[in-house]
Amino acid sequence: MQKRLRLTLTVALAGLLSLTACGGPEGDPGKPGDKRLTIYSGRSEALVKPVLEKFEKSTGISVDVRYGSTAQMAAQLLEEGERSPADAFFAQDAGALGAVGKGGLLATLPGELLDRVPAAYRDADGEWVGVSGRSRVLAYNADQVDAAQLPKSVFELTDPRWKGRIGVAPTNGSFQAFVTALRVQHGDARAREFLTGLKANQPQIREGNVQIVSDIDAGTVAVGLVNHYYVYELAKERGGNPDALKARLHFFPDGDTGGLVNAAGIGLLKRSGGDPDARALVDYLLGAEAQTYFATETFEYPLTAGVPAAPGLPQLATLDAPKIDLNDLDTLDATVAMIKEAGLA
Amino acid sequence: MTAASAAAVAVALLPLVYLAVRAAEAGVDRILAELLTARVAVLAGRSLALAAVVTAACTALGVGIALLVTRTDLPGRRTFGVLAALPLAVPTYVAGFAWTATVDGFEGFWAAALLLTVCSYPYVLLPAVAALNRTDPGQEEVSRSLGRGPWRTLFGVTLRQIRPAVAAGALLVALYVLSDFGAVSIVRVDTFTRAIFTAFNLGFDRTGALVLSTVLVALTVLLIGAELGTRTRDARYAGNPVRPPVRLALARWRGPALLALLAVYALALGVPAAGLARWLAAGVSRPGSLAEVATAAGASLSVSLAGAALTMLLALPLGLLAARAPGPVATVLDRLTYVAHALPGVVIGLSLVFFAVNVAYPLYQSVWLLALAYATLFLPLAVGAVAAAAAQSPPSVEEAARSLGRGPFTVFRTVTLPLTLPGIGAGAALTFLTCMKELPATLLLRPTGMDTLATELWTHTSTAAYAAAAPYAAILVALAAVPTWLLAARTGLVDPAPPGGPR
Repeated sequence: MQKRLRLTLTVALAGLLSLTACGGPEGDPGKPGDKRLTIYSGRSEALVKPVLEKFEKSTGISVDVRYGSTAQMAAQLLEEGERSPADAFFAQDAGALGAVGKGGLLATLPGELLDRVPAAYRDADGEWVGVSGRSRVLAYNADQVDAAQLPKSVFELTDPRWKGRIGVAPTNGSFQAFVTALRVQHGDARAREFLTGLKANQPQIREGNVQIVSDIDAGTVAVGLVNHYYVYELAKERGGNPDALKARLHFFPDGDTGGLVNAAGIGLLKRSGGDPDARALVDYLLGAEAQTYFATETFEYPLTAGVPAAPGLPQLATLDAPKIDLNDLDTLDATVAMIKEAGLA
Repeated sequence: MTAASAAAVAVALLPLVYLAVRAAEAGVDRILAELLTARVAVLAGRSLALAAVVTAACTALGVGIALLVTRTDLPGRRTFGVLAALPLAVPTYVAGFAWTATVDGFEGFWAAALLLTVCSYPYVLLPAVAALNRTDPGQEEVSRSLGRGPWRTLFGVTLRQIRPAVAAGALLVALYVLSDFGAVSIVRVDTFTRAIFTAFNLGFDRTGALVLSTVLVALTVLLIGAELGTRTRDARYAGNPVRPPVRLALARWRGPALLALLAVYALALGVPAAGLARWLAAGVSRPGSLAEVATAAGASLSVSLAGAALTMLLALPLGLLAARAPGPVATVLDRLTYVAHALPGVVIGLSLVFFAVNVAYPLYQSVWLLALAYATLFLPLAVGAVAAAAAQSPPSVEEAARSLGRGPFTVFRTVTLPLTLPGIGAGAALTFLTCMKELPATLLLRPTGMDTLATELWTHTSTAAYAAAAPYAAILVALAAVPTWLLAARTGLVDPAPPGGPR
C-alpha cells in the first residue's frame, strides 16, 4: 500500500513539474498587430466558437477565448480593471457592455464600424456596437393557449386568467433589460405596478429562458417571457423542425414593451481600441459571413443591411418593436432593486 | 510547524481579506441596508434548516451504512462497501439535472435535501468506517462481558468511540450544504448561496453579493463553534486493533437492511446513471469530438492534480500540528481553515482575481491561481485526513528517533512522513476528486482557452444541448470514481482488513 502511494506521489510530482515547465505567466496582453487576441465572451461557446474559428481562418489572427456568463465576465472585467488581459468583450446584452463602459474600460470604436449598424443597436458614445438582435416574445404552448386570445400587451399578463401559468426568469439579463425598458417607456410607478401584479399572479420562476421554453413545450407552463430564438434552439436539439414543437412564438404588436429588441454586442478594451487585429474582429462580426451565421445558426436577427433573418421568423424591419434607445437601459441598479422589492428575486 | 501552519491558514484566509476590503468600500449604510431585511433572515433560516436536515440525514445514512458494511453479517458486504463511497464522484449539478429529468416536478426544499443527502453522505460514511476500523475491540468485549447485549454495546460503546470522527464529517456536510449552488439552483430553493449568485447576475452587483457573503461566514463560525461544543477528547493513539471486531448477526433484519441499502444506491447512483442515458438518447446535439472530450479530461486531471498537490502541501503542517501539539493554537488554526469552506466558489474566485491582479499578476489566469482557489476551498478535507493518520502513529517513535541523534528534518523525512503517508494519500484523493467537480471558481480562474470537463458540461447544459453534455458528465463521474475507489480502499470499505494490520 505504502509503495503504491509513494509511486502515486512521485507521478503526481512529475506531473506538477511538467505543468510548471509549460505554465509560465499567463494573461500576457500582447501587442497591437501581433495577430493574437484575447476575447472575453459572455456568449455561449456552443454558439460563438464556430464563427470565431471562421474569423481565425479568414484573417490569420488567432484568438484565445474565455467563456462564461455575461454577468460573470462583466464582474471579472470590472475586478481586473486596467490590467485586464482582454482585448474585446463579446456580451449577450447591451446592459453588461454599458456596465463595463461605465467603469471606464471601453475604447471608442471608429465611425466606419459603428455606422454599419442602425443607431438603435449601438452605443451613442461609440463604446460598443450590436452584432445580433434578439426580440422579447411571449412563448406559449399551442395546446393550452388559443392564438386568438394571446395578449396584445405585456401588461395583460397581470390579469387573473394567467394566474400560475406564466414562466419568468427574473435573474436573467434579458428579463432585466425588459423591466428597465418598462421603466423607461412607462415610468417607475407603472413598472413597479406591473412587477407587483406579476408577482401576485404566482409566476413560475425559472433560472433561465432554456428552462422556461422546455417547460412550455412539456406543458407544465402555459406562457413565458423569453427571447425569440430559444424555441429554435430547442427545436434544433429535438431534431430540427420548430413546427413539431408545442412551444410557439408570439411577438407583441404595436410597439409594446414586451416586444423589446435588444442587442448582443461587442466592445474593445481601452488598450486595444487602436489594435488593427481587434478592429478586424469587429469588422468580421459585422460582415456578411458572420451575420448570416447568426441568422441561420443561432436564429438571432442580423443587424447589418442585406442579410435576411432565419426562415419562419418575421424580418426585423417588420417587427413593431418599441422605440427605445438601448443606451437608456443602463440603470440596472434601480431595476434590480425593483425586482427584489416585488419579491421576484 | 506552528509557523508553517499559520502560513497555510493565512493563504486559506485570503478570500476573507477581499471580503473585508470590498465590504468596507461599501460603507456601513449600504451594508446595513443590504443585511437588515426580512429576506436575509428568511434566506439564512432556510439555509440553516437545509443544512440541519441534510446533516442529520447524512449522519444517519453514513453511520448506518458504515455499521452495516463493517460490523454486521450482511451478505455482499464487500460489494456494498465499494458502492457506498461512489456517490462522492457524482457532482450535485449532474445529480440535479438527472433528477429533474427523471421525476416530474422535482423541486423545492425537500428535493434539495434529498439531492444533497445522497450526494454527500460519504463525507460522514468515510470517517465513520475509518474510525470503526481502528476502535479497540477490547472495550466492546469488556462491555459485553459485563452483561450488555450486542445492540446496547453498539450504542453505548462503539458509537461513542466514533463520535468525533462522525462529528467532523457532519461539519463538512453542513458547510458543503451552505456553499452548494448546483443542487439548489436546479431544484429552485432560495438559499443564501443562491442569493449571492443572483446578486452577481442581477446587474453585476458585486458589492451586494459580497456583503451577503459575510453572513455566510458568520453562519460558518456558528457551525464550527457548535461542532467544537460536541467534541470530547478523541481516543488518541488508539493503536491498531489486531483482532477483528465481533460482527452482529442481523437475523430477521437482514432483508430490510439489504432493501434499504439497495434503495439508497438506486437514489444516489441509479437515478444519475439513468438521467445520463436519457440525455444521450433524447437529443441530437453533436457530442464533442473525442479529441475535445480528451482535452477537457486532461485539463480536469491536471488542474485537479495541481490543486490537490498544493492543498496537501498546506495541509501537512496543519494536520501534524493538530495531531502532535493539540491545544488552543492548533484548534484555532485548524478551525480557521473551515471558514472559507462554506463560501460559494464564485466569491473565492473573485477574491483571487482581486488578489492576483493587485498582488501577484504573473499568477493571474495560470493553473496555479486556480490551484490556490482549490486549496482555500478544500483545505479542511485534507487537514482532517492528515491529522487522523498522524494521530494514529504514536509520537514515541519520533521521540525515539530524536533520542538516537537524528535531526528534526531527518526524523520528519524518515519517520513522520512515511507514517502519515496513508493519510496524505487519502486527503489527496478526496481533494483531487472534489477539485474535479468544482465549477464556479474554475470558470473564473482557469487559464483563458482551457476547458475542463466541468466547464464543458456547464457550457452545453446552459444552451440545452444535453446530448452534447452527457459524455462530459459521464467521463467526469468515471474519472472522479477512481480517487473515490482509492479512498474507499484506504478507509477499509473495499478491503475490510483493519489498516495498520499485517499487509
